[in-house]
Amino acid sequence: MTTVEELKKKVQELKAKLALTQGNTGPVRQKIDVMSSEVVDSNPYSRLMALKRMGIVDNYEKIRELSVAVVGVGGVGSVTAEMLTRCGIGKLILFDYDKVELANMNRLFFQPHQAGLSKVDAAAATLQNINPDVTIDAYNYNITTVENFQKFCDTIKTGSLTGGPVDVVLSCVDNFEARMAINTACNELDQKWFESGVSENAVSGHIQFIIPGETACFACAPPLVVASKIDEKTLKREGVCAASLPTTMGIVAGFLVQNTLKYLLGFGTVTHYLGYSALTDFFPTMSLKPNPQCDDSFCRARQTEFQARPQPVEVATEVTEDLAPVHADNEWGICLVDENVPEEEDSTNLKLTEGVQLAYTVPVDNSTPESSTGGAVAASELSLEELMQHLPDWKLPPLI
Amino acid sequence: MVDESTRKTLSSIPLLQTKAGPRDKELWLNRLKEEYQALIKYVQNNKEADNDWFRLESDKTGTYWFGKCWYVHNLLKYEFDLEFDIPVTYPTTAPELALPGLDGKTAKMYRGGKICLTDHFKPLWARNVPRFGIAHAMALGLGPWLAVEIPDLIEKGVITYQEKSEEADK
Ligand SMILES: [Zn+2]
Repeated sequence: MTTVEELKKKVQELKAKLALTQGNTGPVRQKIDVMSSEVVDSNPYSRLMALKRMGIVDNYEKIRELSVAVVGVGGVGSVTAEMLTRCGIGKLILFDYDKVELANMNRLFFQPHQAGLSKVDAAAATLQNINPDVTIDAYNYNITTVENFQKFCDTIKTGSLTGGPVDVVLSCVDNFEARMAINTACNELDQKWFESGVSENAVSGHIQFIIPGETACFACAPPLVVASKIDEKTLKREGVCAASLPTTMGIVAGFLVQNTLKYLLGFGTVTHYLGYSALTDFFPTMSLKPNPQCDDSFCRARQTEFQARPQPVEVATEVTEDLAPVHADNEWGICLVDENVPEEEDSTNLKLTEGVQLAYTVPVDNSTPESSTGGAVAASELSLEELMQHLPDWKLPPLI
Repeated sequence: MVDESTRKTLSSIPLLQTKAGPRDKELWLNRLKEEYQALIKYVQNNKEADNDWFRLESDKTGTYWFGKCWYVHNLLKYEFDLEFDIPVTYPTTAPELALPGLDGKTAKMYRGGKICLTDHFKPLWARNVPRFGIAHAMALGLGPWLAVEIPDLIEKGVITYQEKSEEADK
């Protein structure tokens, strides 16, 4: 019969085996209470604390009190989380609902033996091993569904080391829906966040700092794209959704964390928008004002609040271009304008910096449809329940 | 630009009016009603054009949709399970339609079997918020996707014909 002692021994053996397969066999870094600037080979913070001695950062150890949420732990997010971990951030909160796959191995951070694990759990384990001083919370769900979105908002609102809102949210997601969900949450919670992205052709990227009410939110204008100097018509998209390069992702993660550190620790200038075109090594920057007609009502409310506050003295910066609201064109009904041709009247009203353009344009007032032969849905005599019952039926009801 | 037949299909689907997402309580129920009306009309149009190609239903909250879509190739009918959630940012962002049975079988998909949309989809959707609904997403997104991808997948032998429409054991 197996005794408790024998079972305990077995557990120890298995743990050792597991550690071996995970490569965690070397010395384990112990927790450190206070960041020291002593330059000895056992101090992981000495080169960071040197930033203080050199006068770059006033109070580097403040980083240990700060909390950052990283949404999306893929090619950009994982590297972002690793950089923050190595910098000694106080707390990291990771969100993703994807699993590690071998198809991810062209990117940094994850390793083949982690295939099949959830990205957040795999990342949390690696990061905790790199720096046990960082508090790491991992959430494995899709933030865009109704139920999860509420959990996401609550976590952002109470996730800091002191139970308050996190200091900044970093969007490292790879799709429009998730970006809009983060935008919605951050506008509602008045939460500062950085948006980041790499284009699907892997040769351009950007970061954008969003201060609700003060800088343009993600819904203030259609998505911005950095001109890649590739003729869109020659761009072959047959057979694949997206390409990716570890280089572009690493560069964007670097930009993202650099500006996050500048914001959190109060040094240098935080760039509101920084683009990157890999093919030409072109880095456009600009500042973006919010759109007073933004679709997001919380963005508009934050703008009103911001304008009501006493404005600090303008700090002179080199780039002061603003994003003007997109003005109306005369399209009504279903708009089937060829999306590759920018409409002249729109582009003249935009003050985007050279090399950055809108992915597409949207008419401002598109409220009155006219040109659909299907017309608008008429008021139905049937209740929602009755309608719901009709749809699964193979037979359908007569036209209402 | 979207092709002529898609354009025609699109314009014959009734447009929706209520701009409301699943967090909007009462208004969402209005929107849901419009979604069902538009879908019913679209399916009816398809039947009349002898091009009936999907069935959909939702849970009570209208935030989770599921059903089947099919594609006829060389007189054989290939059927697929279809599902998607309505994101909190709907209708500003379109639902991400997924065919979980094909997950991992084609590069024209994102995780979980979400189909990869053409460059036309997002600009068109954005220009037609809140008038486009689920029926439009089906017509503009899934319809053209099936037409391009399924024949290709059949040719490559990635999917094979099943006598019954039951789920094949994978
Ligand atoms: Zn806005």
